[in-house]
Amino acid sequence: MDDAVSRAEARLAKLVADADSSGYTLNPDVEFCRNLAAGLLTNNERYGIEACPCRIVLGPKEENTDIVCPCDYRDDDLAEYGACFCALYVNNRYDENRQVPERRPPLSERKKGKAAAGAFAGTLAYPVYRCRVCGYLCARKEPPQACPICKASADRFERFM
Amino acid sequence: MINFKKVDGKDVGDIKLFALSTCGWCKKTKTFLSDYGAAYSYVDVDLLEGGEQDEALEQQRALNPTGSFPTIWVNDEDVIVGYDVDALGDLVGA
Repeated sequence: MDDAVSRAEARLAKLVADADSSGYTLNPDVEFCRNLAAGLLTNNERYGIEACPCRIVLGPKEENTDIVCPCDYRDDDLAEYGACFCALYVNNRYDENRQVPERRPPLSERKKGKAAAGAFAGTLAYPVYRCRVCGYLCARKEPPQACPICKASADRFERFM
Repeated sequence: MINFKKVDGKDVGDIKLFALSTCGWCKKTKTFLSDYGAAYSYVDVDLLEGGEQDEALEQQRALNPTGSFPTIWVNDEDVIVGYDVDALGDLVGA
């Protein structure tokens, strides 16, 4: 096996292990998954983030954390369509003949900026942060270094209240 | 001028595919068209640089405002957004 193939294989093995331990299922087409794993490694080399292989990174990486795999849109897409956008993650309603529509807002809307924190912010002893990947909430001065539920990094948290 | 790469085959209309080299659905779309022996052109937008990439993205967003991949442009008028076996089947007459 050449180097790139063995690295993709190793990345896929980690994806499988992480999915198993967190209750998610990867696409049953192993070759399809291996290509996506290779795409994640390519994007990490190119952009410094493991961005979704089916999306393009435009601008600084800080403006693209929403599409770092697993992306902010995965759980909504799994619930509505049975697959995430790139179909790395699927459930029993997955249709291999049809790609799910793009849920990520278009570039023009992303540039308008994020919504401000909720109306309670001034009355709370601590701000509340939400993990954009899994929805975990915590009340503390800063987001945790890694989400204790899904292991997403601190930059995947948003101010919720 | 966007530099599309040509894949030879049977003429089923002018098919231009905006793709990413890393995208699984783009790969499935290319494979689908090739399996039916259809001629098509494609551009892997992630492999373009600078102004050339900007031009391709601008054209793609004019066709498909979500900017999602793949975007398939047919005869300079119809657009297929995303991999869709039914739409691609109609396109190649399958």
